[in-house]
Amino acid sequence: MTELPLIGEAVAVAAEPRLAGARIGVVTFPGTLDDRDAARAVRLAGATAVELWHGDAELGDVDAVIIPGGFSYGDYLRAGAIARFAPLMSKIIDAANSDAKLPVLGICNGFQILTESHLLPGSMIKNDHLKFLCRDQVLRVENTNTAWTLDYQAGQEITIPLKNQDGQYIADEKTLDALEAEGRVVFRYVGFNPNGSRRDIAGISNAAGNVVGLMPHPEHAVEPGFGPESLDGIGGSDTDGLGFFTSVLNKIVGGDK
Amino acid sequence: MPRIVVDVMPKPEILDPQGKAIVGALPRLGFTSFSSVRQGKRFELTVDGEVTEEILAQARDAAETLLSNPVIEDVINVEVVEA
Repeated sequence: MTELPLIGEAVAVAAEPRLAGARIGVVTFPGTLDDRDAARAVRLAGATAVELWHGDAELGDVDAVIIPGGFSYGDYLRAGAIARFAPLMSKIIDAANSDAKLPVLGICNGFQILTESHLLPGSMIKNDHLKFLCRDQVLRVENTNTAWTLDYQAGQEITIPLKNQDGQYIADEKTLDALEAEGRVVFRYVGFNPNGSRRDIAGISNAAGNVVGLMPHPEHAVEPGFGPESLDGIGGSDTDGLGFFTSVLNKIVGGDK
Repeated sequence: MPRIVVDVMPKPEILDPQGKAIVGALPRLGFTSFSSVRQGKRFELTVDGEVTEEILAQARDAAETLLSNPVIEDVINVEVVEA
């Protein structure tokens, strides 16, 4: 790709043909913002990014799907509520629930779309302090068995950007207890709960571990010179988010641990 | 033309951050009698022609599937209002 890299060394896993053969779809809705960044993260990890349009009737030939952040349909009604009924979403829901267990990652607005789709339990409401918040956020990776976290160490702390207004994760106590018991809390906020999320939950998975959603943005921390490290030095590295994309690649090519 | 009105409210057990902000703003304007505010949504669905039982059932279905999210909200009212 001619766009890689802007500065610094390309951190991509070597461009092995077997990795480049992996096709990861990135969905664009009206109002999506981070589809380009997500596609770039996919390419930096060594895979092929496939643009998907919300109005498409077929999913096509993809090995995994990313639903990126933004404000689909302007967040009208509820964040993710209208996007959830897009033609392509019903295909993604079917594929995620199928025996093939298509890996699906929802980031920020994508996470909201996944909860509205009932692929993930609970919901997001407005931040408890009501403000839009943008900061570098430390997370603890609590489950490294999902399709999107295989390359992390259990308990590893990573720093990636967070930017949202409707980021407060809520679910009833029974659902929260079940998520904890089944190890489906994949990421927890560390040091500071930025939005009032129940039990500091930043991201969760479905029971099979192929569907993961989180509010912070791994796709904005995949490249030296453009991640959290270059801002305020609160820890982590500029590329703490890259593991999401290499994890799913390893899953796809059968190299999971 | 008749309209079907659908009212949706955040579930009682869910903190309503917007309502909380509003109740904080009221006393600053001299409205000191209100101890709590909860903010909901009202939808008006216009029907071309008569509202049959079937159309009303459709409205109830739409209220539960799209207009509200049962995880965080309750549909508290679905009624026909003549224009």
